[in-house]
Amino acid sequence: MSAVLDTPGHHEHADRPTGITRWLTTTNHKDIGTMYLWFSFTMFIVGGIMALIIRTELFTPGIQVVDPDRFNALTTYHGLIMVFGAIMPAFVGFANWLIPMQIGAPDMAFPRMNNLSFWLLPPAALLLITAQFVPGGGAGVGWTMYPPLTVQAPMAMDLTIFAIHILGMSSIMGSINIITTVFNMRAPGMGMMRIPMFCWTWVITAFLLLAVMPVLAGAVTMTLTDRHFGTSFFNAAGGGDPVLYQHVFWFFGHPEVYIIAIPAFGVISQIIPAFARKPLFGYTSMVYATASIAVLSFLVWAHHMFTVGMPVEAQLYFMYATVLIAVPTGVKVFNWVATAWRGSLSFETPMLFALGFLFLFTIGGFTGLVLAIVPIDVQLHDTYYVVAHFHYVMVAGALFSAFGAIYFWLPKWTGKMYDERLGKLHFWLSFIFFNVAFFVQHFLGLAGMPRRIPDYAPQFAEFNMISSIGAWGFGLAQVLLLYIVVKTIRSGKPAEQRQWDGADGLEWTHLPTPAPYHSFETPPVLK
Amino acid sequence: MNTAAANRRLLIKLSVVAAGMFGFGFALVPFYNAICNVTGVNNLIKRDSRPVNTQVDLNRTVTFEFDANAIGLAWHFSPVQRSVRVHPGEIVLVEYEVVNRSNVAVVGQAIPSYGPKLAAAYVRKLECFCFQQQTLQPGEVRRMPVQFVLDGDLPPDVNTITLSYTFFEVNAAAGEPRSGSAG
Repeated sequence: MSAVLDTPGHHEHADRPTGITRWLTTTNHKDIGTMYLWFSFTMFIVGGIMALIIRTELFTPGIQVVDPDRFNALTTYHGLIMVFGAIMPAFVGFANWLIPMQIGAPDMAFPRMNNLSFWLLPPAALLLITAQFVPGGGAGVGWTMYPPLTVQAPMAMDLTIFAIHILGMSSIMGSINIITTVFNMRAPGMGMMRIPMFCWTWVITAFLLLAVMPVLAGAVTMTLTDRHFGTSFFNAAGGGDPVLYQHVFWFFGHPEVYIIAIPAFGVISQIIPAFARKPLFGYTSMVYATASIAVLSFLVWAHHMFTVGMPVEAQLYFMYATVLIAVPTGVKVFNWVATAWRGSLSFETPMLFALGFLFLFTIGGFTGLVLAIVPIDVQLHDTYYVVAHFHYVMVAGALFSAFGAIYFWLPKWTGKMYDERLGKLHFWLSFIFFNVAFFVQHFLGLAGMPRRIPDYAPQFAEFNMISSIGAWGFGLAQVLLLYIVVKTIRSGKPAEQRQWDGADGLEWTHLPTPAPYHSFETPPVLK
Repeated sequence: MNTAAANRRLLIKLSVVAAGMFGFGFALVPFYNAICNVTGVNNLIKRDSRPVNTQVDLNRTVTFEFDANAIGLAWHFSPVQRSVRVHPGEIVLVEYEVVNRSNVAVVGQAIPSYGPKLAAAYVRKLECFCFQQQTLQPGEVRRMPVQFVLDGDLPPDVNTITLSYTFFEVNAAAGEPRSGSAG
């Protein structure tokens, strides 16, 4: 600690630009982490407003609020913004804040590149948002951007493609930064099998990003050249094949699912031990399970496209390989349960979100197994069952984990404690309304309601109404999160150095609260 | 070795991985075509092997309807006969006519499609103008054959098959259409 505060030549705040220049030029991992998190929250609100327009349109059958083209554009950009603008940047934000502190490094390996990684995001977000308002309207192609629609879509598609390119570059640089930081900048004595689980999950995620973001960039580049430069990769008019796009996209798309889920696993692996006051059960098996999930994620992509027409042998292979992923995922879930087993449990807000995650993510995992079974998938493909499934893993999985992380580390970041009563209220509102919004969508899907439609048959009316009410409740509950965070920063009670007595990362044991602007300029001494 | 140098070396290695994966995305295209070729999926503009069973099934008759489109070409393209009735196993010859109504030579490639889609696997094309690109001089009229055998394994509920060809211009900017298959 003393090493942190008394470093000569680093009088805190003395040589630091202030105002907007500070944020534009900062290379500090904590500043950049903060910017990532606020950016992510902003995009979460933007994507959330889109979702609420969608759910308002679906409140009753018929066309009420938006015309079908606008509706299709809304589902497209809701998906893209939530995945690339909200969830991924949130976890990169946590990585920036936490990885250097957790491994005892002074900063990320490439601080300037880190700054660039962040500042690429706002232009990309701007492209995605303005794409709705350019002539021809937004590209209603779905977040998966399948041809032939993408080849025919209006100019908004080009903006979307450039946004994907920029986001991809940002992610790749972020990944290189994270891998290098964890590999090369750990404190002496901290071997790879001693780093906190959150760091491990991010290393694995970064490798996934590095492997698949360039493939997505390739896929959208091919779409772009098909649109404008006379190539025919996917354009059937020139002898291309739209199905090829689906293969390339899902080669990216399935690992992408784990790019979102695996850092969420990492957060849960930090929170549950802290509130069970026991070390994580089966650390080594957690590392290997996570790595095997990552490897398997490259081998199962075609389960997203069973209905495209593939040989039965291929369907069987992709079905069995997909079901196989349940094994390492099961290892993780049982390890978390075993961590909590006979622990001295307490249920503060981060723990509530972690347990909510555990419960709901498992449901999402099971519906994923259902969808992996070819004959069932043929029936449920592109129905609301799929929508329900991936919102259980994306929202109740990744997003709940992110909420948990915010409550867990907010005291360390701000030096102040959030309002526990309001935090719990936020959890229960989110938990209840999430299920109101999405559980009924399973029934809609089983009954045959297709996804991405603005109007539907009257027999779906009741469940859609319930789902829309849940969505509005869930959306409004997130305003409470903003209020809680702002209130904490403004007037929270001072937090302790080790706010959670079960938390044992270096950020809790070796650093004061709030975490100083520069930490671990000399590496910590580990026992 | 100090940390900064080690970081730089890792940066270079990881950048190479990212660049390699970008290339890999494009490499999936020929890879996909090769797989389609080997497994016979999407085998639309290549000659089929003759069916093993050449017995003509006179008890079954399937109606073939022919359709023709030209997209982005000043060509007039039409089937000579609108429809024929076919017994599985017999060798059928039909003709299409194409007229280049522009005053420049144009290269086109025809792509077949079938309705219902599953019929594609049972129509064995022995000769087709879609196996090559067609170059038409200004004003040229050409009659082009399609010779095929209908496989007797066609599911019994299919009584009518529509065979549709669409001509696309092989334009200079795009170069050759990708070889191998339509896919």
